[in-house]
Order: sequence, then structure tokens, then C-alpha cells
Amino acid sequence: MSITSYNGSALIAMVGKNCFAIASDRRLGVNFQTIACDFQRIFKIHDKLYIGLSGLATDVQTMHQRLQFRHKLYQLREERNMRPETFASLVSAILYEKRFGPYFCEPIIAGLNDDGTPFICTTDLIGAKQLAKDFVVSGTASESLYGACESMYKPDLGPDELFEVISQALLASVDRDCISGWGGIVHVVTPDQVITKTLKGRMD
Amino acid sequence: MECLFGFVGDGFALVVADTCANQSIVVQKTTEDKITCLDSHKLLGCIGESGDRVQFSNFIQKNMNLYHFRNGIPLSTSAAASFTRCELATALRKAPYQVNMMMAGYDKRTGPCLFYLDYIATLQKLNKGAQGFGAYFILSLFDKYYQKNMNVEEALQLVDKCIWEIGTRMVASPANYVIKIVDRNGARLLARRGRPEPAEEQEDLMQ
Repeated sequence: MSITSYNGSALIAMVGKNCFAIASDRRLGVNFQTIACDFQRIFKIHDKLYIGLSGLATDVQTMHQRLQFRHKLYQLREERNMRPETFASLVSAILYEKRFGPYFCEPIIAGLNDDGTPFICTTDLIGAKQLAKDFVVSGTASESLYGACESMYKPDLGPDELFEVISQALLASVDRDCISGWGGIVHVVTPDQVITKTLKGRMD
Repeated sequence: MECLFGFVGDGFALVVADTCANQSIVVQKTTEDKITCLDSHKLLGCIGESGDRVQFSNFIQKNMNLYHFRNGIPLSTSAAASFTRCELATALRKAPYQVNMMMAGYDKRTGPCLFYLDYIATLQKLNKGAQGFGAYFILSLFDKYYQKNMNVEEALQLVDKCIWEIGTRMVASPANYVIKIVDRNGARLLARRGRPEPAEEQEDLMQ
């Protein structure tokens, strides 16, 4: 089995009107055996910046620790939070450091700029950044996710509608992938609040 | 065919491991304790490559001691699990430790907890978990019979069900098990299961 499909994952981030939503599945598996249904793949870097990491679970946890460390150091030195574009460049640089022995994870970065405009981007496992205006997906279910997002997405959705669209896209896609699923978690981030909801889908 | 499993009950956490040390087709020892007490309130059950198992669990135990010695307070269970994960992750791309673990502990503020630690340093906090080939049987039994807040008697009944299932349905299943518990009174041996040891031989057979 491929190393990126050892643990199974599904991640989406979508852009709305002055808000963004980031969602992931919750399964942690070892090949076809399910170990846990509450694995955390989306991490908060600061109030307006979230990163979702798909791929090998150990590298998800290692990357999260490294990025949290780098951001805390940045906060101490600069006395402010990192902007999303800067953070995306940092992620890309950290991944490329390991060009010939990479971390087997593919991050999705989603954040709000200071003026409230949303920013999303994804990179591959060696740090090739790809910005997007509408949505980005990652994980073992990525092909299904692309299809579902493309058909359900509309620009300039409000937070509630965005939550509906991203949840439906996630649940529809993970139902077609045996190694991701077991529920979902969605964070909808607006300039003044963060709404976190867990989804209950087909628990298989 | 090693087995390691554990779960959280009402104010305690239980870890069960087999006690057979095998080398290829030979059973070298049937009383090998694979669950180390990291400190007064933590247990680390470890299965896998024998050398790595012994060395790594001792290494973690000594580091727990060192932290306590330097700082005057012991590490919490989640911090200990995180430290262990970092050691595994650092070694992963150099000389990986081939050990799968379950770490259980009791903290005064947060109560009992159990962590699943893979050989590739995947860490997950769980209420019930298993490692090794036995996991294929034990996880299904847990899904059916595990309930939150079981007391010690109910927990031992569940453990006995698991051991019986492994003995019946798994090829080359181990005969003997050790059960350790950690609660507010500390980490200690709770029970043993399996074939009793034969009586000592009285005479040297070569005489």
C-alpha cells in the first residue's frame, strides 16, 4: 500500500464572502483497521489561520509540532501573528528542506488576511505551493473531493451556506473512500468568530 | 504473535500484555514482563523487536526519572506520551525503533488515560486500544462489550473474554498474560492469566 494512504485522510478548505471554512474527516486507520474516530488533522496556528495536514499521521503530528514552534518563535520576535501568505511560504520551505526524504503529508493552509479577505492554498509533499480562489482539497479521497466541490461550490457564500456546502461535499466524498470518513469536523472562520461543528456521517 | 491491549475504566486504566518471549519457533521464556512502570503512576506496554522493546522502554523510563529528578515533579501522562512520540519520530528516519506501545497513566487533575503509540510514531489518545495481531480480534470484542466507567471486576471479565478469544481464534497464540492497572493509588500488577509454571525440577537429570 502507498505510504500516503497508510492512515487515510480527507481535507477541504473553501472560500466564502469574508470567511473561509476548513473541514476534515476524523478517521485514524492502519491500512484497513480503524484505530480511532477522533483524530485531529486541522490545527489552529492563530485565530485567523488554520492548517490541515493529510497523509501519514506521524508526519502530520511532526509537521504540526514544527510549524507551531516556528510560529511561536515568530510571535516572540515580531510581536504579531504571521500572515497567511507568509505562513504558506514557511510551510513550503520546511517541506522542501526534506526534498530527498520528505514528510509524507500534504497541507492545506486557510487564513483570513488583516483586511478580512480569505486566503487558501495547498502544497504537495515537497512544498510546491498552489494558490486557489475557490477551494482546495487533499487526502486519499481527493479525486472524489474535487468532483464534489466543483459541482457544489458557488462564490461569495455566507458562513452558514458555506458550512452546508463544505459538509455535504466532504460527506459525499468520504463515502466513496473506504479509508477516510468516520465523521467530520468543520471550522468556519469569519473576522469575528470561529464556528466549529462536528459531523456525523456513515460510521464506516 | 504478541498481544498488547488496554482500556480505561472508572478511575483506572488497564494494560494487558502477553508474557511470551519467542525467537523464531522457540519459546525462550514465558514470564517476560512487557509492561514497564515508567513511574509511580504510569505504565508502558511495549511489543515488537525484543532488543528495541527492552532498550526503548528502559530509555523512556530513565528519562521520566531524569525529568522528575531535575524538576521536582513528574511528567503528566500526555506529556510523557508526547516525549515518547518525539523520540520515536526523531529516530524514525535514522534507525527506527520497531516497537508498538500502549501507555496508560493516572493524573490527579485529569484522571486515567490511555495512549496508542505506533512504531512510526503515530500518537492517539484512546479509551480502548490494541496492538499486534491480537488487535484484529480484540477491537471487535471491545466494540461489542466495552462500556465507559466499568469497575475492576467488569474490566477483568472483558480481559478474560479477550484472552479466550485470542486463545481460540489466533494461530500460535500466547498462553500467558500479565495484567497491570494504574489508578490514584499507583501503577501495579493486578493479575496474571494463563498456564501456571511447572514445579521446580528436584534433581539434575544428568546425574
